[in-house]
Amino acid sequence: MQIITISKPQVISRWAGQRNNWFAIGLGYVGMLLCLLIIGLPVYWMIIGAFKNTQEVYRIPPTWIPAEPTLANFGNAWNSAPFGRYYINTLITTIFGSTFEIFFAVTSAYAFVFLRFPKKDWLFLVLLATLMVPGQVTILPNFLTVSRLGWVNSYQGIVIPGASVAYGTFLLRQYYRTLPIEILDASRVDGSGHLRTLWAIVLPLAKPAIVSFALLSIVSKWNDFLWPLIVTNTRDMRVLPIGIYWLLVEEGTIDWGVVMAGTLFVVLPVVLVFLYAQRYIVDGIAAGAVKG
Amino acid sequence: MQLSNSLPKSEVINTRRRQTSASERREWLLFALLVGPNLFLFGLFTYWPLIYNTYLSFVRWDMLAPVKIWVGLGNYRFLFASPGFAKILSNTVVFTFASVLLTCALGLLIALLLNQPLAGRNAARSIVFSPVMLSGAAIGIVWIYIFDPRYGLLDIFIRFVGLRSPNWLLDTNWAMPAVIIVYVWKNVGYAVVIYLAGLQAIPRELYEAALVDGASAWARFRRVTIPGLSPVIFFLVLTTILAGFQTFDVIKVMTDGGPVDATTTLIYYLYQEGFVGFNAGRAGVAGVVLFVAMLAFTIVQMRYTERNVNYA
Repeated sequence: MQIITISKPQVISRWAGQRNNWFAIGLGYVGMLLCLLIIGLPVYWMIIGAFKNTQEVYRIPPTWIPAEPTLANFGNAWNSAPFGRYYINTLITTIFGSTFEIFFAVTSAYAFVFLRFPKKDWLFLVLLATLMVPGQVTILPNFLTVSRLGWVNSYQGIVIPGASVAYGTFLLRQYYRTLPIEILDASRVDGSGHLRTLWAIVLPLAKPAIVSFALLSIVSKWNDFLWPLIVTNTRDMRVLPIGIYWLLVEEGTIDWGVVMAGTLFVVLPVVLVFLYAQRYIVDGIAAGAVKG
Repeated sequence: MQLSNSLPKSEVINTRRRQTSASERREWLLFALLVGPNLFLFGLFTYWPLIYNTYLSFVRWDMLAPVKIWVGLGNYRFLFASPGFAKILSNTVVFTFASVLLTCALGLLIALLLNQPLAGRNAARSIVFSPVMLSGAAIGIVWIYIFDPRYGLLDIFIRFVGLRSPNWLLDTNWAMPAVIIVYVWKNVGYAVVIYLAGLQAIPRELYEAALVDGASAWARFRRVTIPGLSPVIFFLVLTTILAGFQTFDVIKVMTDGGPVDATTTLIYYLYQEGFVGFNAGRAGVAGVVLFVAMLAFTIVQMRYTERNVNYA
């Protein structure tokens, strides 16, 4: 109590001191505006590009607002590449890939925190060490493995090699350890088994952490590029990021309006998820740094 | 009497021990069921490939022939003697060093700014962070359009200050800076989020104490903020180094490693040798070099963190 009463007036004086410094505040807003312009303008450029007709895209100097906004680019992009198929492929690989990751993270973390096993801390290090092995280093042997399994150009070929999860296990393990142990003990007394405890008690309590990790997982699966590029070689198995790359390559004489419409197809679902759930995403990213 | 008394006692102890070990064994089984698949997949798709990749770096193989020819250190000797590979290593270092430095420095600047009590700072934080979430391939493509020397967004500004736009992605001198700009633009928001979390974890009393002592803004930054942020800074430097080494999508989409080899980094070279050139041995070497570099950075970082970082 004493500490609080002492520190309070000092807090006020600190903020008051800053409030009086109009120059610093002005500078702060200028800086913020600059940040927003630098981050925002390229995004703006992508969006208006998608609404410009072919002549306007090639007008010098470029226009800031589409003079004759058109929706034709979206139709042209949709027709020049099988975006419907790309969406289905990306949805399937994202849903399955993330479900695996979330399931493994939730269950592995529970086991590491609440179950006894000889040398389990050592096992946890084995799991954690994989964070240091970039997926990139393993692409060649993994491609050989996947082709031996006959999984090239298949959903399981895209999904399974990336199904295991270390970061999520780490994140949820951190979170589970902060749960009030009394609640868990009470459930143990009730005689409910571990799986019931996991389902009925730990899952609801850990929901914020699980949602955070789930969103990170979904976004990274959606954007995954290198592995799907390697493991698929037919048009009908491409996912969205690969599809947009081939739209760029195949549209030899690039119509930027069409290509920008295509990139919007890729980016838009993620933007919607982000607008809806950004707090969880940001929490999930920050949790790894500060607590770890 | 004594005998008959002691016998049941020991029996009780024995059965109890057997019971706990039985329940413990049930826990072991459940543990194995829950963790097993996860670890198995890591074994199959992370640890085994790591070993196999090292093996591949010692053979000559076109990924089709039934036999792999053992060449020992031949691939290493060839690559480390070739100027092309030296260029690739230097590209990797330049790309990673520049993108880490810029991401971490600009990120800190922006985080300090958005930590101030400015109206709308929450919205600004989300906007700055949003590119992190977007597909690198899509972002790379948007930036090709932005860099276009005649119809691009950047040219408007370059012309405004009276200069002429370089032919960014077709110029061996400008392609690398262009790729770095895109990387930093896309990832600076990640650093901002991490820094902001770190800034909020610094106890406010430290600032108050410094103010009472009459410390200037710079002194507070130097003596409170930086030491308070040090664990976060080290975490960020490591994660951005690792991410920088692995950057593929932006480079593949924007420059395809070119022009000539101006933006060919190790990971791009690995892809190129393995999946276009079908030279498993050389791709293997690139993988080993990449892994050893990342491992070295991780170990150095962990050592240094233990010794020098101030966990406030």
